[in-house]
Amino acid sequence: MTGERLLQVQDLTVRYQTQMGETHAVSGVTFFVNKNEVFGIAGESGCGKSTLIRALMRLLPDNAKMSAQSIEYEGEELTRLSEAKFREKILWARMSLVPQSAMNSLNPVYRVGDQVVEAIQAHKNVSKSEARERVTELFDIVGLQPDLMKNFPHEFSGGMRQRAMIAMSLALDPGLVVMDEPTTGLDVLVQERILRRIREIRSQISSSIILITHDIAVIAEMSDRIAVMYGGQIMEQAPANDLFDTPCHPYTLGLKNAFPSIRNLQQKLISIPGSPPTLLGAPSSCPFLERCPFCVQQCSQRNPENITIQPLHEVRCVRHGEAPLLREKASEKETWRSLN
Amino acid sequence: MPTSELPQTSAWRRILGEHYRIIMGNRLSAVGFVFIVLFLVVAIFAPWLAPHDPWEMLYDQEGEFASLRPPSWEFPMGTTHLGYDLFSQLILATRTTLLIGAISGGISILIGANIGLIAGYYGGKVDEVLMRFTDVLYGMPFLPFIIVLISLFGRELEFVILAIVLIIWRTSARVIRAQTISIKQRQFIAAARARGCSHLRIIYRHILPNVLPLLLLYAAFNIAWSIITEASASFLGFGDGETISWGGMLYELWLSGKTRVAWWWFTAPSLCIVLLVTSLVFVSRAYEEVANPRLRKR
Amino acid sequence: MALLELNNVTKHFEVRQGVLQKLQRQPVSLIKAVQSVNLTLGENEVLGIAGESGCGKSTTCLMIAGMLQPSAGEIHFSGKRVDQLLASEQAWYRRQVQMIFQDPYESLNPRFRVLETVAEGPRALKLWPEKEILERSVDMLSSVGLPPAKYAERYPHELSGGERQRVGIASALVMEPRMVVADEPLSMLDVSIRAGILDLLKDLASKRHFSCVYVSHDLSILGHIADRLMIMYLGQAVEMGPTWEVIRNPQHPYTRALINAVPVPDPRVIRPVPTIRGEVSRPINPPPGCRFAPRCPHATTVCQQAFLQLQPDENKPHQTACVRLEELSQTNQLAEASP
Repeated sequence: MTGERLLQVQDLTVRYQTQMGETHAVSGVTFFVNKNEVFGIAGESGCGKSTLIRALMRLLPDNAKMSAQSIEYEGEELTRLSEAKFREKILWARMSLVPQSAMNSLNPVYRVGDQVVEAIQAHKNVSKSEARERVTELFDIVGLQPDLMKNFPHEFSGGMRQRAMIAMSLALDPGLVVMDEPTTGLDVLVQERILRRIREIRSQISSSIILITHDIAVIAEMSDRIAVMYGGQIMEQAPANDLFDTPCHPYTLGLKNAFPSIRNLQQKLISIPGSPPTLLGAPSSCPFLERCPFCVQQCSQRNPENITIQPLHEVRCVRHGEAPLLREKASEKETWRSLN
Repeated sequence: MPTSELPQTSAWRRILGEHYRIIMGNRLSAVGFVFIVLFLVVAIFAPWLAPHDPWEMLYDQEGEFASLRPPSWEFPMGTTHLGYDLFSQLILATRTTLLIGAISGGISILIGANIGLIAGYYGGKVDEVLMRFTDVLYGMPFLPFIIVLISLFGRELEFVILAIVLIIWRTSARVIRAQTISIKQRQFIAAARARGCSHLRIIYRHILPNVLPLLLLYAAFNIAWSIITEASASFLGFGDGETISWGGMLYELWLSGKTRVAWWWFTAPSLCIVLLVTSLVFVSRAYEEVANPRLRKR
Repeated sequence: MALLELNNVTKHFEVRQGVLQKLQRQPVSLIKAVQSVNLTLGENEVLGIAGESGCGKSTTCLMIAGMLQPSAGEIHFSGKRVDQLLASEQAWYRRQVQMIFQDPYESLNPRFRVLETVAEGPRALKLWPEKEILERSVDMLSSVGLPPAKYAERYPHELSGGERQRVGIASALVMEPRMVVADEPLSMLDVSIRAGILDLLKDLASKRHFSCVYVSHDLSILGHIADRLMIMYLGQAVEMGPTWEVIRNPQHPYTRALINAVPVPDPRVIRPVPTIRGEVSRPINPPPGCRFAPRCPHATTVCQQAFLQLQPDENKPHQTACVRLEELSQTNQLAEASP
């Protein structure tokens, strides 16, 4: 897995000004994505994964402030680019986004093909016929019949609309495509086809993919490397096999327990008691503190550091050294009894 | 666990507290509320506050007939051409205006809200019938209507109120019906049906509390509109014959022919109308923010 | 005798016609949401109904809960016919069957405090004197894991999704129903708290002796809660049987495809490629026969003419609505790798 670095993010923080004070939606996130790789970001609601992506694409709302030590894309330092330059050079052309519920963001009064053509022409100086040709190519890549270009969005099913959005995101041949919950809300069979198609096009296109979802199974099947987010921070990141074979962070262990598998019907499902933190102020303790059955005094004193325990496997937990013991205890239901 | 251990707050206190917070939460609305309270106090204590009889021909301290006097220490708002004290008139007119406004506004919102709720909830034929009825009334022009009514039945207070109510309730009905329809489709209404609530219970116990902010908003509007409508009617001579209202004062001014001369005569009642209506609108804005959360500051 | 029995239950909706169509006197299009479904539910049993969107599972569960009337067929509860109840009898049925809804953010009245929400059902039906209603509601809050001192006076917007769903469960169970219909109660909750709510439901079901019809598209969850499973496609029941049987040994081509399509939280697993084609359509004026035929790799003309109606049978618990089943299994054509 020693590919070239495509994207390197260091110490990214996003703060929101709200009536209740300053919330740190994302804190000190550091990760990288190689070329030709699928990087999965797993996490539940409120963990900051969508905010992280919007920060990367500079699509944050006005009351948000982003700061980062460095965001390097293909060697170029993005933090030095102005908003205008970013929109012109990077957005869509080199990094594109398939946002959440993308299938609902197609304009209902224009034909689907025209919308993709418009998106292409907005960024590249090509003629309409050249753009149309490209759209035909793209539809082919995502598995849509080219004559569907003249249809309106309401004539497409949910799955087809999602594929149209994926096609749009590939239009300018970006090096990096970010997909935010690409199959959430779609039926199982439709989801299966889209995921399969994404896997198939990896060889056709040379883009890397950042895949964001709360569905652990989808992430397991699609990703080469996975980061687990909680409370605005990356709690653990590792190659997919390593993460599932030897998970170290208590939250990862909890997620594994809570996620049912159709192949293991005898599994005892164990949930994590409590609810996600409010993220007010800079993290002064571990965000998972209140729900963690393994916390010790150190955890409440300061935010744990990110430790590399194996090549490419990082954990943010003071008890990372005791991982095998934690794994054993985590599989017992008693360990997770409500911590009130 | 025995229920006596549950935290007990009197329901009334809770509700009043909530409304106080809504009104005071907004600076404009708080100011408006103060003025409304001021007018209310004047209206309630009017007979004791007015220094003179409003229909008494007055003489000033030097014994001269006090006709068309501009504001002075003796007559704070001046006098009419017949020597009537405008200050006293204003105070007593406040009572009339507020009374008509409150009653008309109150009745019209009651009618409008109920029609809106029932039409919106039941839909189908009921909705069609009620809305046709409302549409018919939309077509009714106010002025000719009140002229006919008053001409037929005389300048009685009841008919003035009736005319106003019949015209004003329409808008609130439409608006509340629209919101009822959207609330009706929310899952908690289906849940209420599943628990066994009757239709009436759902309308008044489940939907009404959610429509309340909008309802109060339109209640304030209705009172404001009633006041303006009454003032217009009185100004045209179709107000109640017995008592004086702000609009009536303007009517008297117009009748006297002294409009160009006596600036003080029209300033006071006009200002009062504007002030009261504006205050009502400001207070209603506070409710609008509750009814439409998008208006709230994040 | 089964607690709940559906016999040949069908539900059609009429598609609203535009003025032009009315003038042209075109026949009204019908959405045949549910077609001739038979099912039974025993005491203390959890029946899972699974399928993708448009399969009719939500419509079926609304009919079972008495919120929707079938177009044809009969529903019997505890031996009594309940699909055409008079208004006066509906109150009785409400006590027998209660519903748990999908969206915790929408299924609670935002103006009601938690205790008021829980007490609303008994108050509406005047089940007990007020004092007793309050006591039972307070008890119910404890039973669902929400300490009353902390939660009784709160508003929904002060609660998390999981807490709200617990309130929903409490307000259904305070009525002491014998049967609970749950419409995807977990799908809008975070993964890490789903297991807790699931446990709660299982726990309360065994303690308070109610049966449950659990509707979901998530086969993984159904595998963990349902005793028996029924798979629906476009309004028809295609397979039913004991849950583990159906999941481990699916017979119907649709069920096989469905189970093979469920992603597995294990990066090393490679799933077989499903061989069905096309997309799910809306059940508007569908052709007679098996509705899966257009997409089925094994379909023949026989399949398009009539469909097999599943009939619950104690002696044959695992049933499949495929006319070619025996033929295909004999020639081993159904050998898609099973999970």
